[in-house]
Amino acid sequence: MSDTFSIGRRGLLVGASGAAALGLAGNAQAQKPLVVGFIYVGPRDDYGYNQAHAEAAAILKKMPGVKVVEEEKVPETVAVEKSMQSMINLDGATLLFPTSFGYFDPHMLKEAARFPAVQFRHCGGLWQEGKNPKNTGSYFGYIDECQYLNGIAAGSTTKSGKLGFVAAKPIPQVLRNINAFTLGARSVNPKITTQVIFTGDWAMPVKEAEATNSMIAQGIDVVTCHVDSPKVVIETAERAGIFTCGYHCNQSKLAPKGYLTGAEWNWEKVYVDFIEAMKKGQAPGNFVRGGLKAGFVRPSAYGPAVTAGARTKADAVKAEMLTGNFAIFKDGLKDNKGNMVVPAGTTYSQTEPKLESMNYLIEGVVGSTS
Amino acid sequence: MGQALERIAVPMLALLASAFLFGLLLAVYARVDPLEAFALMYQGAFGSWFSWQNTLSRAAPLILAALCTALPARLGLVIIGNEGAVVLGGVAGAAMGVALAGAPPLVVQLGMIVAGMAVGGLWVALAGALRQWRGVNETIASLLLTYIAIALMNHLVEGPLRDPQSLNKPSTASIGDANMIGTIPGMDVHWGLVFGIIACLLVYIFLSFTTWGFAMDVIGGNAKTARMMGLNVGRYVLLACGVGGAAAGIAGTVEVAAVLGRANASLAVGYGYAGILVSFLARHNPLAIIPVAILLGGIAASGGLLQRRLDLPDAAVVVLQGIIFVAILASETLYGRLLPRKQGS
Amino acid sequence: MSDGELGIWGVPLAMLAGAIRVSTPFLFVSIGECLTERSGRINLGLEGTLVMGAMSAYGVALGTDSPWLGVLVAAGVGLLLGALHAAICQLPRVNDIATGIGLMLFATGLAFFLGKPFIQPKAPNLGAIDLGWWSDIPQVRQALQVNYLFILGVVLAFALAWALRNTRWGLIVRLAGESVDAALAIGASVGRVRLIATSIGGAFAGVGGAFLSLYYPGSWNEGLSSGQGLMAVALVIFARWDPIRCLWASLLFGAAGAISPALQSIGVTQGYYLFSAAPYVLTLALMIATCSPARSLRGAPGELGAVK
Repeated sequence: MSDTFSIGRRGLLVGASGAAALGLAGNAQAQKPLVVGFIYVGPRDDYGYNQAHAEAAAILKKMPGVKVVEEEKVPETVAVEKSMQSMINLDGATLLFPTSFGYFDPHMLKEAARFPAVQFRHCGGLWQEGKNPKNTGSYFGYIDECQYLNGIAAGSTTKSGKLGFVAAKPIPQVLRNINAFTLGARSVNPKITTQVIFTGDWAMPVKEAEATNSMIAQGIDVVTCHVDSPKVVIETAERAGIFTCGYHCNQSKLAPKGYLTGAEWNWEKVYVDFIEAMKKGQAPGNFVRGGLKAGFVRPSAYGPAVTAGARTKADAVKAEMLTGNFAIFKDGLKDNKGNMVVPAGTTYSQTEPKLESMNYLIEGVVGSTS
Repeated sequence: MGQALERIAVPMLALLASAFLFGLLLAVYARVDPLEAFALMYQGAFGSWFSWQNTLSRAAPLILAALCTALPARLGLVIIGNEGAVVLGGVAGAAMGVALAGAPPLVVQLGMIVAGMAVGGLWVALAGALRQWRGVNETIASLLLTYIAIALMNHLVEGPLRDPQSLNKPSTASIGDANMIGTIPGMDVHWGLVFGIIACLLVYIFLSFTTWGFAMDVIGGNAKTARMMGLNVGRYVLLACGVGGAAAGIAGTVEVAAVLGRANASLAVGYGYAGILVSFLARHNPLAIIPVAILLGGIAASGGLLQRRLDLPDAAVVVLQGIIFVAILASETLYGRLLPRKQGS
Repeated sequence: MSDGELGIWGVPLAMLAGAIRVSTPFLFVSIGECLTERSGRINLGLEGTLVMGAMSAYGVALGTDSPWLGVLVAAGVGLLLGALHAAICQLPRVNDIATGIGLMLFATGLAFFLGKPFIQPKAPNLGAIDLGWWSDIPQVRQALQVNYLFILGVVLAFALAWALRNTRWGLIVRLAGESVDAALAIGASVGRVRLIATSIGGAFAGVGGAFLSLYYPGSWNEGLSSGQGLMAVALVIFARWDPIRCLWASLLFGAAGAISPALQSIGVTQGYYLFSAAPYVLTLALMIATCSPARSLRGAPGELGAVK
């Protein structure tokens, strides 16, 4: 079975609803371009989360018959509802991508009920069959696979055995990355620990720099992060002469010496698939997930500090991930308070919904979720 | 007659001057046709019924938040802690909504509003009390209280009040769909707009036609004189700050009860800060707050269209707001000088 | 002591390091505001000046490859914004607090608007002096990496304090702030004094912004300042209009800002939001403790409407 699966597409084609009821019919013949709306929660060029989406949107702009409209810095309030309405009413958008988690409930669901002919696909949400409208859906990438590879590179490089992770908030997506990173590192050396520091918000440059520096002061020699813009963490670490793993985009230019590798999004793969579906008059998938194998995420090229041995190790795991048979969370995994979170003998495949509501830090992580 | 004309003409002149400056920036730096940009802004803010609803939705919280600066300003106090009252009002409203779960919707809604008003009011009254009895500068104190309020909100929604089901956006539990207050019949704008307008009218009546309102003007004119007249200045300070904070608290509660359904970090998106601008632009006049909030709401509503059609960054509308704000403040100096006056008037 | 094992002692050390690293923008903005307020004017807009300074410094450093030219331009931009504020406030019946808020909005928006092309590229940084060469402990060496601007700020704080007290120019500034009538009596133009004081205050704030974008955290983006300029204005009242006390207050504030990450790094992880709010609580508590309702604040310039 592929690690990408889309409940919605199959359901729709079988069902009598079909494309016509969704207002998609005739798109193939009509000369009108397909108008696609992107909504970002932060600035489009943040060297991070929003930029990863905007770069993919820029690729869509070059596709024939596609028109892209974008809005940046839209808060997760009534403002995003109005932005969606405005894109639909004034620009004629028929496919919307609200890319921030907080847009999903209640904002996007409310607008989806109001505009049943428009398709809404949300980044990061947990679309549920039967509970959420058919014209909505969610997509996300298993970027924890790249985080695991980051962990292998970091674990092979560290001398002190102490890694650092600067994170915004203790939410499932972040915790999953911290845990995968730590598991990757501990697959190299089980004594390695990861210190996590939460800054409290998605873009706090001074706090991120302070967090990085306080980690350096504790003897940590590889840091990575999950904040909207990793630029500050990467640059601060590079200046101090320690190693880094990137996130969201490729940040190797910011740290030519210390950049080991990075976990990058590859959203154009997702978006191009969606648009091809729309052009054929189908609804895009409702629950779309994929990792390395599906091409939704990719690791950055190795930096000069990664040894040949480390490359071999990471590449072997990557090859396994590409077959779709690698599970990160399995077999008697304990959290850092000693509770069993994955019972012995159990293997969670990447598609396991339980992983998307992760609320623990695994053994080896120094820090707590509240 | 001349004065009434002036009250319209001076702000209009300021708006024209701002439009000119902003147009210049667009034409010279961004290479965008200013007339096209203004046409789009009109279309996005007031060009259709849809745009009007967009504008009014954005204006609603600003009207309530503005009262938090406007009322204390009558006493000569400069309160800029609106954001803190909005945020805590929202959290208190949500907490009360969750606590009253199961009660009839009207009871829940009333409970929420009361909780939001009480917490917002107390928070700002604290700044007033510190000013009155400890001599702490109220502008700085209210600003500090805002930062503290936002930290408290984050702590509460990610800690003690967090609904474990709120995965990647930590929030309190939902108040339940049945308890949502919904929109005004016939339009897609929530009830916050009505509450705001009613609040402005009540404050206007209170200030213009009651002895208390008159007393506040006396204190604002000169607190020493007021004391000599036997007015209890402290009581009025608490009253003005408390009522102002309560209004901002309602803004937060309505955000929960009409839009979000729960309290989370989306409460701190700057309604309070925008409310400060609205109040100053309205010269702290409760009736003028309504059109000014609609103007700022319209600018915010048109921002999306500017981004999509002209590829301007989001900051373009912030620059315009800044220019308008400075121009209108600077135009205060024109009053009494713009039109030739007869002697003695 | 083996490296990295400072344990609990890491916290005070991290706070010292944080104080030196984080305090510089607070220091520049607060001594600039101190001078402005001493002349009888309040400029709440320095937050915008700080952001504008950060953006222009980064842009210039990028374009010319010279970070110091960036600092200079940031000072120039700050000077202009300060002069604009002074010129508008000079008009009769214009409220200086509100104008400050307006200019803050304007300058922040303008910095974001003009700064879009500078978010991606990497500009050269201002260097640091290594004052920790004598120590073997890496944490100490890291803590004592001191930027030139910090030293300049410390020198300026003392210089300003001396000049206000001992020079004719300082006397005139103080007179303009204490009593317009007295200043007029000795033939000083209050308007011009305030124009100069506000402009120089703006220039200081611009340099503070340059520190943010060119040294720490050392890049330009839209979340860079997070209210530091506004807080620095609050620090002036807290420091009771004394440039040297502004220095201590800035250091204290920088140290308080380092508490949350430092505590998390030794394993105290509960309630980091509350620790993050520590600087604000501390400032408020100290203001409550040092203020008194009976008299106006000691050291407060008499003409300063906002603090009467």
